[in-house]
Amino acid sequence: MTLPLLFEQLLNGLQLGTMLFLMASGLTLVFGVMGLINLAHGSFYMVGAFVTAWTAGTTGSFWVGLGAGILAAAAVGAVVELLVIRRLYHRQHLDQVLATFALILIFSEGTRWLFGSSPLWLNVPEALSGAVALPGGSRYPVFRLVIIAVGVLVAVALFLLISRTRLGMRIRAGESDREMIGALGIDIAKLYTLVFALGAALAGLAGSMIGALQSVQVGMGEPVLILAFVVIVIGGIGSIKGALIGSILVGLVDTLGRVFLPSLFKLFMAPADASGVGAALASMLIYVLMAIILAFKPKGLFAAND
Amino acid sequence: MTVPRIHRETWVNWTLLGLLLVAPVIANALGEVYYVNLATRIAIVAMAAVGLNLAIGYGGMISFGHAAFFGLGGYVAGISAFHAFDMTPVLSWPVTMTGTDNLLVIWPAAMLACAVLALAIGSISLRTSGVYFIMITLAFAQMIYYFAVSWPTYGGEDGLPIYLRNQFPGLDSNDPLSFFLICFVALVLALAITARLMQSRFGAALSMARINETRLATAGIAPYPIRLVAFVISAVITGLAGALFADLNGFVGPSMLSWHRSGEIMVIVILGGVGRLYGPLSGAILFVLMETLLGGLTEYWLLFLGLVLLFVVLFARGGVMGLLAGRARHE
Repeated sequence: MTLPLLFEQLLNGLQLGTMLFLMASGLTLVFGVMGLINLAHGSFYMVGAFVTAWTAGTTGSFWVGLGAGILAAAAVGAVVELLVIRRLYHRQHLDQVLATFALILIFSEGTRWLFGSSPLWLNVPEALSGAVALPGGSRYPVFRLVIIAVGVLVAVALFLLISRTRLGMRIRAGESDREMIGALGIDIAKLYTLVFALGAALAGLAGSMIGALQSVQVGMGEPVLILAFVVIVIGGIGSIKGALIGSILVGLVDTLGRVFLPSLFKLFMAPADASGVGAALASMLIYVLMAIILAFKPKGLFAAND
Repeated sequence: MTVPRIHRETWVNWTLLGLLLVAPVIANALGEVYYVNLATRIAIVAMAAVGLNLAIGYGGMISFGHAAFFGLGGYVAGISAFHAFDMTPVLSWPVTMTGTDNLLVIWPAAMLACAVLALAIGSISLRTSGVYFIMITLAFAQMIYYFAVSWPTYGGEDGLPIYLRNQFPGLDSNDPLSFFLICFVALVLALAITARLMQSRFGAALSMARINETRLATAGIAPYPIRLVAFVISAVITGLAGALFADLNGFVGPSMLSWHRSGEIMVIVILGGVGRLYGPLSGAILFVLMETLLGGLTEYWLLFLGLVLLFVVLFARGGVMGLLAGRARHE
């Protein structure tokens, strides 16, 4: 276990964490403001990735594709909010779960119908396809560093949006008392659509960027969605700060666990067994982390409102 | 004393159960084994949903992780058959346990395993409520799923075939009709146990834990243990259904543990009608028939399932039982 390897894996963990934050912030915002649990959030991630891959493949430009992917995810989010989601705000969580589960089925099969079952491929833009030297001698892909930077930028922008702008003030007001801000003449329905589309756009952004690292295929949003759930449960549902800290925690624990747990078991087990046991336990690690945190803090680390 | 009038819902219940029993018997007489297996599938899926209905419908615990129990039951059946076939022990330490293909041993083992897992998951998850509970049960089920995928001994991602269906003493479980009858009896028992349970003091306490927790506590009954016991019973019923499902398909794999499976069982409960005793049965009939008929027409049948589900949730609350038998009598 060398220092460069550790450093590289820390960056990988950070990259996973910032991507999770893009997903988790949208989920937690929608829950905090509208009280809605949205399983279909992973579908916006998938829409972002597919539209980016398709547009980039057609136009030849990653950046055009990225823009199209984010816009498409936001537009799909807004349409879904207008047609389905706004009927669910006053319903029980069970209804919300089922309706958004139905949306997943519709989006996944619809995408399969449009694009077929074989995955699309999206290349890392040329300008970002190189690698930089890390202290210690190893090299690290620039694109992954850019993803981390984008995640940090979005976190700062969200913080400023929510704490410093009029829109953010309305969002915070909507979180604490929706009747009151409606009475003060704010169009609450429009605000909800906007917040939902914003969350969808962030998910689309995450999907577009990850699409360049993995294959773009139906169902790609689901593992990420479940990780994002773990994140917001750990961080406290409704809290952006919790989402940020939860994302980094989950990203680091998951990445480092997968790399180092098998080698840890090799210290006292036969190598073949050790990699099996190590891999199996590493895949459970974040859930164990979640269980431990919940055993002490049933509402997560930074419970906002409930 | 007047003779109690038989309610419309009771008629619907008996009709559904009668249809499920008669249809495969006729199909078997006509030599249509496919339809016998289809009925077996309905009975098993319905039983899994009966288990979940106890948690969601009666207990108000929206578990999005029941695939964990369904799959664990399946894996117990699969692993036991695997070792019986291989003539290797399941465990060599601390005690030696050999594999078996006797269903009367496998079922209690599957139920016990599910009870232990449910106790662990439930005791942590039930400390929370609302959305947290939904997400935590989902996350724990995913944990089991990833464990099964990355654990190579029992097939990992590829799953585990069951070459010879496990045996029931005195019956030929390979005969489709006999196996259907085994599953049918199991379903009827699950329904009977649920009904009996909900008529007991325990059932009353469970309902009150859902409707008004504070009031239950004021009456001197702590809600947490009541919920935990109900969650465990619910998991055990779903787990037994999973063991039957593995034997029906001759295969157990991570797909039985996936969150789609949890969603599917939940969809069946809702399509049928939440908190109605026979809701899961009507939901399972509708679901399996849709899967078979639509799935035969188009490979994108899940798209249509999604649309139907969306419609039921948004506009037709109460599901099939609401449609056939009117509003629920209580509450």
